[in-house]
Amino acid sequence: MKRIEGISKLTGRERYVDDLPLEGFLWGATVRSPAARGRIKAIHFGTDIDWSQFVIVDHRDIPGPNEVAMIERDMPILAASEVRHAHEAILCLAHPDRHELRRAVASVRVEIEPEEPYLDFVAEPTQSQIQYGSDNVFKHIAVNKGDVEQALAEADVIIEGVYETGAQEHVYIEPQGMVAWEDDAGVLRLTGSLQCPYYVLNALMHGLNRTAEQVRVIQASTGGAFGGKEDYPSIIGLHTALLTLKAGCPVKMIYDRGEDLAATTKRHPSHIRHRTGFARDGRLLAQDIDIRLDAGAYVTLSPVVLSRCVIHAAGPYQCANVRINGQAVMTNRVPFGAFRGFGAPQSHFANERHMDAAARQLGIGPAELRRINLIRDGQQTATGQVINDGTDRVGLLDDALSRADYGRLREAHRAFNASNPYRRRGIGIATFHHGAGFTGSGEVDLASVVNVAGLADGRVEVQVANTEMGQGALTVLTQIAAARLGYDTNDIVIAPADTALVPNSGPTVASRTAMVVGFLIEQACDDLQAGVMQAAACDQRPVGAHLKQAIQIVVSQTEDHQPIIGSATYGKPPDVHWDEATYTGSAYGTYAWAAYVASVEVDLRTFVTTVTDFVAVQEIGTVLNEGLARGQIEGGVVQAIGWALSEECLWDEQGGMSNAQLTNYIIPTSCDVPLNIDVGFVENPYAYGAQGAKGIGELPMDGPAAAVLNAIADATGVNPTVVPMTPERLMELLVPNE
Amino acid sequence: MSDQTAHGTVPIACSINGRAYSLDVQVNERLLDVLRYRLGLTGTKEGCGEGECGACTVLLDGLPVNSCLVPAYQVDGRSVETVEGTDEQWAAHLHEHGTTQCGACTPGVVMTARWLDDTNPEDLSVREALAGNLCRCTGYRGICEGIKATLKARQQSSNEEGNP
Ligand code: FES
Ligand code: FES
Repeated sequence: MKRIEGISKLTGRERYVDDLPLEGFLWGATVRSPAARGRIKAIHFGTDIDWSQFVIVDHRDIPGPNEVAMIERDMPILAASEVRHAHEAILCLAHPDRHELRRAVASVRVEIEPEEPYLDFVAEPTQSQIQYGSDNVFKHIAVNKGDVEQALAEADVIIEGVYETGAQEHVYIEPQGMVAWEDDAGVLRLTGSLQCPYYVLNALMHGLNRTAEQVRVIQASTGGAFGGKEDYPSIIGLHTALLTLKAGCPVKMIYDRGEDLAATTKRHPSHIRHRTGFARDGRLLAQDIDIRLDAGAYVTLSPVVLSRCVIHAAGPYQCANVRINGQAVMTNRVPFGAFRGFGAPQSHFANERHMDAAARQLGIGPAELRRINLIRDGQQTATGQVINDGTDRVGLLDDALSRADYGRLREAHRAFNASNPYRRRGIGIATFHHGAGFTGSGEVDLASVVNVAGLADGRVEVQVANTEMGQGALTVLTQIAAARLGYDTNDIVIAPADTALVPNSGPTVASRTAMVVGFLIEQACDDLQAGVMQAAACDQRPVGAHLKQAIQIVVSQTEDHQPIIGSATYGKPPDVHWDEATYTGSAYGTYAWAAYVASVEVDLRTFVTTVTDFVAVQEIGTVLNEGLARGQIEGGVVQAIGWALSEECLWDEQGGMSNAQLTNYIIPTSCDVPLNIDVGFVENPYAYGAQGAKGIGELPMDGPAAAVLNAIADATGVNPTVVPMTPERLMELLVPNE
Repeated sequence: MSDQTAHGTVPIACSINGRAYSLDVQVNERLLDVLRYRLGLTGTKEGCGEGECGACTVLLDGLPVNSCLVPAYQVDGRSVETVEGTDEQWAAHLHEHGTTQCGACTPGVVMTARWLDDTNPEDLSVREALAGNLCRCTGYRGICEGIKATLKARQQSSNEEGNP
């Protein structure tokens, strides 16, 4: 099935938040902190502006507590007395003219009494830099399995390495945007570019001191998100709402690219240390892993990002002794948040680069070292979860290697390198996994609800809060419902993601939509069929045309033709047990598994790395829609190649992003990436996913950086340990300064 | 230029998607804003406002330009084509190939593709022509294949029309 909203997008008819018709509105904008840390002494309003024409909102205009409701409530909606990072929001302004508004924002000078910022998350903070607890650590997580010290003492070889990754910006092509207005009934309505309507709803209820009935959040068509529109819409949503309430008219706030780059969340920078014990024959005996993530100025989603980072840190390998210590550290940078992969890309980069470095030191081929250690059915992960899914992980790797023609290419590259004066080719591997759905007891806590409604005309409406943001959710969820009911896909309607119309089926994150929400849709469809069967007194479960007809009859017999509803609430699969206190058990209901192979060419004159070929083989349960699935893998691989090679946030002395422009924050163009990514799927249905599907969206972000840097190592003989491996960094490795 | 002079207006006459317009535009107004906010042609997107992303690509006298960098007054006497003025055949063809995901880059991509179709430049590949259209979703394969297939189909159908 083709993408449902494809034609609408291709003709330009699709309406995003800034495209919605709106009259009598003001534009909103934000005044931000110029400093990394300090006390707000004074706010000076420029004298060349007629301020009587502006609506101005500060922290005193907030009806509820000055807190953005997230995991913790440490982040103010608008800074009141202190700032914790550059570009933190202090005031919001609104005016009918966008140019005037820009002039006004520029004319406000915020005077800050500076305090010493903590910007280097790897260094221990000094006393005066401590702002959270005794050590600035937001969250500690430890995993302990077996006896690591004992195993290291007995290991034949101990291999150590330190790996670092930088911040990555989402660069959804549509920037953050929100429109707010109060309707005639006094309900505050908010529509915008967002992933999780109920997250925004909760934040509005808390900050504006309103009940759920007094707020309504509606997703507008969303031009890319990748996690960047998971938590941030709560902030811009609150700002827009505050302006609307004060102005008494609709307010629209659309970030320009510079503001979006500078002020919104990004992928957590990481610093990961591995100390690993091997037997001479390559068997992993002990993994000792220290993880430090830069969380930025506020907690946001960092504890959960750290959790996923820790759980994936030991990779898809069997090892009896594992110790992982993870810390998410508060710094005076912009808060880091959700980004496709959610901690796992950092872990897998470190672990897969480390495996390659180990292979080299052990004198074992990188593929062979992975074959030896890949987890087999019946073995346990670092958290003690027994893997028993029947997936042949070694077979997956061998499939990827044979698609890549690995053996022959390696030889060909060697010959090429020997004869070429300045070009070097290499090939690299990564094997990895991604836990699908929320971590640990997350899905149980969410208790997602899905409804499906049989309508008067017999069509069925799927009511979920999950959103289309380019990944194909509308299409896949339609397919799932149609298949379950025996319907034509044209007879399935997906309700708008509007909190007044759909139940809370949980956020659109964590690769959970098709798998978890889709599975709930199947159950809700079953419930609908059972309800119709009873109401229509059928003697068997109606499907297809019979169901459609039966729904028409049942609905026509009700008073005022109310739709008949089928419903489902999340229930934990029976064999999933997780202990949050000890970090043991089934961290995820299931995992997707993958083996990626990258070929690169490095130019020794420019130090530019080009990815020439890429093979991505994965086991993702059932493939629900091959075209969309392939699009997810290709897009994820390219986004990860950007992270690996070119995307670098540079920081000024106040800790703010100094390259907040697409001119010098470099994402891949069509000319920078291979267009021949060979995507392979291996199917192995998962019992608790829709039609057997597992999550897919984040997986392709996890492996490419390691595969690409492993290929650079293979090509050049250096040991690159930092992402992004820009030409400048590679030059330093290849031409150590004289 | 001081902010005061930035408020002056200029009368312009131009053609947009084949329709004649007479407008008074501000000297600091961008073509992108005229299209989106005055004429309601919201298909053209703003992704960066600095000429980097290509989401705002339109054809100006047949050439692809970033409408976020074009002052509206420069359009006086010229013709503009946007995604809204594009034959729906384009969408129908591109739809077959995973050319769009989130859709934010899509209208700009369609306009670049139309330019390729119009001019058929010999020394430029589809991939090279698209270097100015950033896409964060697709990885570009779907876009390039979609455009290639569309160009081919259009070529064939125009050949058939030419030789009945
Ligand atoms: S908006 Fe014009 S190039 Fe990005
Ligand atoms: S489809 Fe989302 S940016 Fe291209």
